[in-house]
Amino acid sequence: MDAPPTAGEPAVEARGLSKRFRGGQLAVDGLDLRVPRGSVFGFLGPNGSGKTTTIRMLLGLVTPTDGSAALLGRPMPADARRVLPKVGALIEGPALYGFLSGRDNLARFDAADPTADPATRRARIDAALDRVGLGAAARKHARTYSLGMKQRLGLAVALLQPRELLILDEPTNGLDPQGMREMRTLVRELAGDGTTVFLSSHLLDEVEQVCTHTAVMARGRLLAQGPVAELAAGARGRLVVTTPDAGDAASVLKEHGVTALSTEGDRVTGDPPTEPGTDLADLNAALVHAGVRVRSFGVENGSLEDAFVALTGEGFDVAG
Amino acid sequence: MSPADGAASAVRAEAAASGPGTAVRRPSPLWTLSLFRSELTVTLRRWRTLALLGILAVLPVLIGIAVKIETGGGDGGGGGDGGEGPAFINQITNNGLFLVFTALAATLPFFLPMTVGVVAGDAVAGEASAGTLRYLLVAPAGRTRLLLAKFAALLVFCLLATLVVALSAVLVGAALFPLGDITLLSGVTVPLSEGLLRALAIAVAVAVSLVGLAALGLFVSTLTGSGIAAMSATVGLLITVQIVGAIPQLDVVHPYLFPYHWMSFADLLRAPVPWGDILANAGLQGVYAAVFGSAAWARFTTRDITS
Repeated sequence: MDAPPTAGEPAVEARGLSKRFRGGQLAVDGLDLRVPRGSVFGFLGPNGSGKTTTIRMLLGLVTPTDGSAALLGRPMPADARRVLPKVGALIEGPALYGFLSGRDNLARFDAADPTADPATRRARIDAALDRVGLGAAARKHARTYSLGMKQRLGLAVALLQPRELLILDEPTNGLDPQGMREMRTLVRELAGDGTTVFLSSHLLDEVEQVCTHTAVMARGRLLAQGPVAELAAGARGRLVVTTPDAGDAASVLKEHGVTALSTEGDRVTGDPPTEPGTDLADLNAALVHAGVRVRSFGVENGSLEDAFVALTGEGFDVAG
Repeated sequence: MSPADGAASAVRAEAAASGPGTAVRRPSPLWTLSLFRSELTVTLRRWRTLALLGILAVLPVLIGIAVKIETGGGDGGGGGDGGEGPAFINQITNNGLFLVFTALAATLPFFLPMTVGVVAGDAVAGEASAGTLRYLLVAPAGRTRLLLAKFAALLVFCLLATLVVALSAVLVGAALFPLGDITLLSGVTVPLSEGLLRALAIAVAVAVSLVGLAALGLFVSTLTGSGIAAMSATVGLLITVQIVGAIPQLDVVHPYLFPYHWMSFADLLRAPVPWGDILANAGLQGVYAAVFGSAAWARFTTRDITS
């Protein structure tokens, strides 16, 4: 695909985006978000962190109390009529008319798009159904669909037109492992066509597998954003020592400032000391000096999960 | 959007697209029609709507059979409105066409508006509770456009519901009773063809009577995210208004209630037709449509869609 004329503009941009719901709850607090064109952007955060409210504000469903949002370089919700035909969305799971067939559901949502050409509707519906693998079930009533099939039909709605941006909120929810794999393949394919994909998830490995960029949100605030590799590299690695004398090793390491120690069989892991100037080689020497037989000694690279846990302060936190 | 803007965006889209099939089409001038058709189809394919229309079709059958059994062929006399039972019921045995007027007079106070209340209340709130509203809005249907399409579909439903009653009544009336020249309330006799035309005009007048409630229901529907709540609130309002309308001590407010002129449709059975009440009814329904239509618009275009 040729570079769009607006390639310099981010696909999604939010500045100081905030939402305080009636009742005073601050769901999103001063969010500054920038999703580069052509990226696969993973929007991470624990449940209730404000991801969905952010997505609803980006799509013009919820009015921000403060700040601004833009999609494909145009302000939302002011330019919604012009931008949204180029944006496909799956928001908080699929919503369908149970009494209509899968095909009629697609026709219904297509009719709502003023730019959709009724003359090509049939063909586009067929293409969307094929793309999500629902061709065979297209004539069944949507209420008979399994959650995974509903999710696929919801995705087909997002694919009715060629899109420049796809906003997918938890796209693998309710899918079986095979469906999840297919969804990832589909996301990669779409990204390969030049579509920017913005996907929210609480599944770290999903983001790590398919995304080029990511942002982490917790309690309504954005904690970090950037390329996945950079963010994961920012996380401190874990010191890993393999030794038959695990107990001794743990106490020696503790004396030398290693925190969050845990022992599993012959494997001792911990956070390396934070004081500057500590050389890990000295730690190894100390272990050997104390008569600990060391089989292996090293630092395991930080994963996105480490970065996530460090940022949100959630998950396991073993006291040292 | 101005035509120039539309052209500009089409050009932009063309530039951004990789193939001929991917251009973003400029919205057609009839952009609302496709959504309106879709809206009407979806409304009419709900089993709830079909069940309500089915009941409306059965009511004239019940009335017709009851009258047939009750009167052993005796002459009911020219009662007109008032008296026992729904208006015109005494005339049915003379002329089956009167079953149309009886059936409409019997269903207009409650069943017909209840049907409209259910469909109107469900219009926005039902989609909100099913979650389909968010997908329509990001399609993007446009909030004003969606509301217009829904209101237009409701108006068609008002007419359709009335016609179902009228048509069923004509068929039942023709099957069970003699049809022929009609003696109007003013004493003039007109041929059956004119009688049928007047029956059609009455159906339209009854449908117009339902417009105010349809707008009220649509407004209620924008207030809540629960279809059931909106439907019961609208039907509850209908019942309350009918009760208030039946209390003579509250006659100060009666002229402002939407059912005040409902029975004016009977004037279409006079020659010449006294249009005063019929027009007053249309005016009152128009005021309700304007007030509650605007309120629905104001609410719907500013509301946060969180379902």
